[in-house]
Amino acid sequence: MTEAVIIGAGLHPFGRFPGKPALDMGADAVRLALADAGVTWPQIQGGYIGSYEVANPDAIVGRLGLTGVPLRGVFNGCATAGTAIALAARAIETGEHDLTIAIGLDKHPRGAFAADPSVAGIPSWYGQTGLFLTTHFFGMKINRYMHDHGISHETLARVASKNFRNAAGNDKAWRRTPLTPEEVLASPVLNYPLRQFMYCGPNEGAAALILCRADQAHKYTGKPVRVRSTALRSRRLGAFEVQSPSFPVGEPVASPTVDASLAAYESAGIGPEDVDVAQLQDTDAGSEIIHMAENGLCKDGEQERLIAEGVTEIGGRLPVNTDGGLLGNGEPIGASGLRQIHEIVLQLRGTAGDRQIPGTPRVGYTHLYGAPGASAVTILST
Amino acid sequence: MTLNQKPVAEGLFTWPPDATAPPRLIGSECVACGLISFPAAADCVRCASQESRQRLLSDRGTLWTYTTQNFRPPSPPYDGPDAFEPYAVGYIELPGELLVEARLTEPDPEKLKVGQDMRLTLVPYAVRDDGTEVVTFAFTPMEKEGS
Repeated sequence: MTEAVIIGAGLHPFGRFPGKPALDMGADAVRLALADAGVTWPQIQGGYIGSYEVANPDAIVGRLGLTGVPLRGVFNGCATAGTAIALAARAIETGEHDLTIAIGLDKHPRGAFAADPSVAGIPSWYGQTGLFLTTHFFGMKINRYMHDHGISHETLARVASKNFRNAAGNDKAWRRTPLTPEEVLASPVLNYPLRQFMYCGPNEGAAALILCRADQAHKYTGKPVRVRSTALRSRRLGAFEVQSPSFPVGEPVASPTVDASLAAYESAGIGPEDVDVAQLQDTDAGSEIIHMAENGLCKDGEQERLIAEGVTEIGGRLPVNTDGGLLGNGEPIGASGLRQIHEIVLQLRGTAGDRQIPGTPRVGYTHLYGAPGASAVTILST
Repeated sequence: MTLNQKPVAEGLFTWPPDATAPPRLIGSECVACGLISFPAAADCVRCASQESRQRLLSDRGTLWTYTTQNFRPPSPPYDGPDAFEPYAVGYIELPGELLVEARLTEPDPEKLKVGQDMRLTLVPYAVRDDGTEVVTFAFTPMEKEGS
């Protein structure tokens, strides 16, 4: 089977852009990716585009050129961008296209998501009585995890502080004011034990990636980034997942993150010990901690020591969320995972500037998790 | 009881309140494989059977995890009062049945503990324009015997 490689990456800044439509942000990201790859829009043979807020994101062709290109809309909650790149890579691997694009764009209003529970198959009373909040789940999941595995409030604060510090060095990040762990711990509790500065916020932004057949990459770049594997999994019965009015008793069932991670490692022939840099879904500081273990990068409970020792810092053995993650960048859902991969592309090329991790990183790992219990993992390498 | 009350939804818990019996959540049990569901569900997510029977769930369990809600949830869908009082939510393990998500009557996280004994209760969480109180289910910490 033909392998897919990334030859171009484009990122519109994440933040708030009053008056600028999501499609325009997406078009900017696409143009940056095209320029990076050294190709033009008419050369793109097919693509996948994801958005939560834009009903017809494929309308972006009206900004880029009406070439007749098949552009398919995809949506999988917070795993949307993982789905877009997986399908763009699959189109190359199966020989359907030689040059494809994955695009994500979104423009969310401020504040917690306010969806109608019925669209998620959940009864109205769940929302009426104040239970339909994703932030609850993250508070409850890390609270139980802290109880089981001895994670401290200080470790939550260190994770948030690290991601804001990393974002401070990223001119496309949203939250660029560094915060000390003490400042994080001084912010108001939103959902115990999680505080204001331990949560990411919904915002706006766009990202795009250009992929081509590995055997044609030399035409475009000397540093292609290989898409070694992609995996998407939904929740299994018995797993503790977001927006669940109840779940069965018994032995805990692994989260879709564990399932997607194992599948991605196996398919890539790459193990967690080979990962040089990781981008993990940090909806909140607790999620980053839990996701380190769920993605096989450490054992449950080891995070307390690893984070205190700076292992996940730029310069540590396993840098996590070097561009500031979701905490520093916010989460425009459709674009978030492509932003993660954009950062991995820079790190593997050695062009991440002040936040470049030392040495010669070879393997990058990205992970998404969100409602209603879906996870996407992408493993990349030089 | 001086105010009119109504449940937030029919079929969620036993109603009207019975002076002689504690309130119970109304779940369901798959006739084919026995999986217990809440809220009651016609379709089984384990064996795909479409036949189930009603089952009243245990009114006691233990607190599996919890968090607090310190900001007013977006409306809609939340229809509680404009004047917001923080509340807590958690999952209560009903032994041999399931873990159920619910409001907790104790809003202070320092007074909640994983594993503590909890009992089902009903609480008014909103008042309609005509004065009707809307009632939902919640779990409350049980006093330890002898303390």
